[in-house]
Amino acid sequence: MTAAPQAPAPLIDRAVPVYRPSGKRPVWMGTPSPGVQLLKAITIALIVLVMLYPFVYVIAMSFASREAAASGGFFPTAFSLDAYRSILGGDVVTRAMLVSIGITTVGTTLSMIFTTTLAYGLMRTRDVPGAKTILVLVLCTMLFGAGIIPNYLLVRSLGLLDSYWSLIVPGLISAFNMVVVRNFFMGLPTELFESARLDGASDWRIFTRIVIPLSKAVLAVIALFYAVGYWNSFFNAMIYLNDTSKWPIQVVLNQYVVQGSALTSIQAPDQPPPPGQTLQMAVIVVATIPILMLYPFAQRYFTKGVLTGAIKG
Amino acid sequence: MSVTKDGVPAQAGTSPAGSDASAGRGRVSRPGRRRRRRDDPRLEHVLREQASVWTRMKRERWTYAFIVPGMLFFLVFSYVPLLGNVVAFQDYSPYWGIGGSEWVGFDNFTAMFSDPQFLGALKNTLIISFLQIVFAFPAPILLALLLNSLISERTKRVVQSIVYLPHFISWVIVISIWQQVFGGAGPAAELFSAIGLDNVNIMSDPDTFKALVVSQVIWKDIGWGTIIFFAAISGIPNELYEAAAVDGAGAARRTWHITLPGLVPVITLLLILTIGNVLTVGFEQLLLQQPAVGADAAEVLDTFVYYRGIAGGDWGLSTAAGLFKGVIGTVLVLAANKFAKRLGTGGLF
Repeated sequence: MTAAPQAPAPLIDRAVPVYRPSGKRPVWMGTPSPGVQLLKAITIALIVLVMLYPFVYVIAMSFASREAAASGGFFPTAFSLDAYRSILGGDVVTRAMLVSIGITTVGTTLSMIFTTTLAYGLMRTRDVPGAKTILVLVLCTMLFGAGIIPNYLLVRSLGLLDSYWSLIVPGLISAFNMVVVRNFFMGLPTELFESARLDGASDWRIFTRIVIPLSKAVLAVIALFYAVGYWNSFFNAMIYLNDTSKWPIQVVLNQYVVQGSALTSIQAPDQPPPPGQTLQMAVIVVATIPILMLYPFAQRYFTKGVLTGAIKG
Repeated sequence: MSVTKDGVPAQAGTSPAGSDASAGRGRVSRPGRRRRRRDDPRLEHVLREQASVWTRMKRERWTYAFIVPGMLFFLVFSYVPLLGNVVAFQDYSPYWGIGGSEWVGFDNFTAMFSDPQFLGALKNTLIISFLQIVFAFPAPILLALLLNSLISERTKRVVQSIVYLPHFISWVIVISIWQQVFGGAGPAAELFSAIGLDNVNIMSDPDTFKALVVSQVIWKDIGWGTIIFFAAISGIPNELYEAAAVDGAGAARRTWHITLPGLVPVITLLLILTIGNVLTVGFEQLLLQQPAVGADAAEVLDTFVYYRGIAGGDWGLSTAAGLFKGVIGTVLVLAANKFAKRLGTGGLF
């Protein structure tokens, strides 16, 4: 009865032992011909190059000195920090970064609270009258969306236009993420809840002391999804915020890089302007850095099957 | 530790595992209540069914405290906007609101289908969707097969982390980066002029725009798409490969006869989802690039709704277009699901 807290079973059911490559070619496989191997190596090298080159090029160019940027080529050679000094000295980019960081932090926190509580509440559909209906209603929202205009009209009639809340509240809970979390919760051993309940623990206590600590892995992934979503959100900010001083970094990036508005307004006033292209690259890098920082941490979890279990809900 | 949830009364004795020792340790009841009848665990199921809905709701009142905030969210931000679609049948003006605007029946829809801009957007949407199903959909399958054939775990992991990366970058950044590389001043243009093509800017060329859109989608999401195929591949039992190899099947035949059939359920599943999204093509991706290539090439349904409605103030017609899109999408996904079930590959729900 006192089942030790243990990691829940992986969400992909594996009825049979599975081929796990161990870095050694199994005997039965047979060695492919050198030609095939070469072809494979070249293909993979090409894919890696295509994926990485744009990033490398943009980062390199953002550090390029005036002369190096002007001479073009596939890779600049001379190094300079002027572009960063210039954009971080002006207030547009700095303020937009702060806005984005704020939205991402507050939004992710709220999203996690609402997602996990709803997932916990909808766990025991058999015991709780109405929970099944509510679950189905939530799942249905994955099937159809209301469309852009009704959402806009709703946000406007709630008086959220030009408020930072308009970037957080409409996407507070993603039904998909809720289902992923709920599936994970349901994989936890039931005995834990039962014995806790027998000991007189309240739902809140079970939730905060048992369920949440045992679900750290999946919660990390979901938090990452929310954070990336908030950081990357562009369209909501574009339609809901008219006040340009409230713009998050993605909208600023669109304005000054994609649509190519004059960059002078985003620089520090007393700096000699570095070439426009270098400035644009620096803005791109600044907007990408938070993602690049989160990425290695999160990347470990992706292949663990946390997500695949939810696809077929 | 059985966690059987549906113990019918006849088997209920085995369902709450080992409960003879700790009789009445029911998940239903809180300790200290309903002592009298709880003692026999086999009655647990019967009791639960007999308890009135009201009693059960009272017993679970704290669970509702967990449910209500999230439920309110979905009611307000998913179901209220759904009702907001009535604007499609109105000559809506923000001044009068939904209550005061004039009802016009299907006028918005008839106007929509005779609107050349809408028809152009519909055509572009369908063409881009078709290209994506043909080119972008199979791309991750091929990549997953290729990576799966690698022997070295380390190489595989490194390549995976590189190809997943663009998925996490916003469309704004993706388009920015592509502009820098493929735009008029980037290295790609230099490459083109080196082979004698001057002033090539594929980022603003309407003729090749649809190919560009599909390439961007492949670049951004090919890696991410492989995850689900990897999961499916790792579920295929090794014995099948061994047996096939013993019978003389080479790598290509093993892929064709074992791996691909093993992937069919996942492919069906994703195809259903893709078909449901046929009228939704990368909204932000196109919105961002439309100024550069012009509306003729880059207008799709979503951008049409945005420009007509939020930017242009033609609320009724743009809501009608959005509703049309939503209804078709739902119908398609239901139809595809039914079709997949009939084929015997199993549907989504």
